[in-house]
Amino acid sequence: MLETQMVSDGEMELLISDILSIYGYDFTDYSKASLKRRLNRIYMLDKFPSFAEFRYRIKNDAAYFSRFVEEITVNVTEMFRDPSFYKTLKEEVLPVLATKPLIRIWHAGCSTGEEVYSMAIMLEEANLLQKSLLYATDLNPSVLERLKKGIFPLSQMKQYSENYILSGGRNEFSKYYRAKYDLAKFDENLQKKMIVSTHNLVSDRSFNEFQLILCRNVLIYFDKPLQDKALALFDESLENLGFLALGAKENLKFSPVARKYKQLANKEKIWRKTR
Amino acid sequence: MEENKIKPAENIVIIGGSAGSLDIILKIVPGLQQINAAIIMVLHRKSSSDTILVDLLTVKTKLKVKEAEEKEMIVAGCIYIAPADYHLLIEKDCTFSLDVSEKINYSRPSIDVTFESASEVYGPHLTGILLSGANADGADGLGAIKQNNGICIAQDPSTAEVPYMPQYAIDHVAIDHILTAEQIKDYINNIV
Repeated sequence: MLETQMVSDGEMELLISDILSIYGYDFTDYSKASLKRRLNRIYMLDKFPSFAEFRYRIKNDAAYFSRFVEEITVNVTEMFRDPSFYKTLKEEVLPVLATKPLIRIWHAGCSTGEEVYSMAIMLEEANLLQKSLLYATDLNPSVLERLKKGIFPLSQMKQYSENYILSGGRNEFSKYYRAKYDLAKFDENLQKKMIVSTHNLVSDRSFNEFQLILCRNVLIYFDKPLQDKALALFDESLENLGFLALGAKENLKFSPVARKYKQLANKEKIWRKTR
Repeated sequence: MEENKIKPAENIVIIGGSAGSLDIILKIVPGLQQINAAIIMVLHRKSSSDTILVDLLTVKTKLKVKEAEEKEMIVAGCIYIAPADYHLLIEKDCTFSLDVSEKINYSRPSIDVTFESASEVYGPHLTGILLSGANADGADGLGAIKQNNGICIAQDPSTAEVPYMPQYAIDHVAIDHILTAEQIKDYINNIV
């Protein structure tokens, strides 16, 4: 029953340092309570008899390491999560983006892509998808493979459909996917404007300029200095008057870039860059 | 500067509740004095009702009531509510962090997650209290609190609207005290 203290703090530090030197993934500045819980979770899930074996496997088995990364990073996401957020995007942000000849949007830390598909659906309905590019990035290549397939569990569709309606969607949500067995395959038309690539917010740099950057429920896993670093990266990657969208419990308020941004009036976690 | 005076709470009390727990909380909170502990509430509920709970409790007590924010330092005399739809964890530096990973015991926030993570940081200075509910959440977490020499309390199941959750914990963990709402209030007021 007791699952705590299986991987100690010292052992966690060892793993972090192994992983950085062998694979180049830097988890040093992640929030430790959550990271440790994820480490213990996979340690238990994969039934390692000892920490030494766990460590050996991570260090020497690249295929296992890819599973490891997927399991210790949190990949829980949903379509139209927080419908009021999407409603605000639709009503206040998309009309501004619509005035641009080309719309560039970055979904940073997009995981399996549910939010990217949500955005594509909204753009399609606003007749903007044609002139949009949706950059979808995550540090984890295997979740991006799933994003490219556009296949999600059918069991989720009821929830997503409710979210979609609450966000102001006016179609039958089911028109966007074909159900087969227990899976839902999304319309390939939605994928045409997605550009999918790995990108690590800890170590990689800015790669383009965007009018809208979404990074929701990623910063909560970072410590404060790393949060500030990621926000500086977004700031560098955002056009003047561009929009930055964070998760429901994330805030720009105490970061060094905050003075350049103004939150939208309705208190959704969307900020506009004002200088 | 004012901030320099802020110190993290030395003691924390985490109250976990599910179905039927709100009535009990409304019996405990109005009787709380200025206490030498921070109170953290992890309650199962619909994902949209955040501010309602904060507003409801604010009018019942002189203690400060607020939603727990990520990276916020935990201070004594404050009641923190775990935000809906996130797990709430405690870092070594006595700040909160949030996590949207898989539900545990069909729940997010999960009481187990907060109990377990707090038990590592607060050890004997942590009290975990489990109230009414129809779920097994909280029992493993109380086990972790026990293992780290903290205090485990379950609401007396005979006083619980839904006795399953406290009873499950009593059956699986060596609970220190089985208490009524009134006794829980007195216990918290007497933490020094």
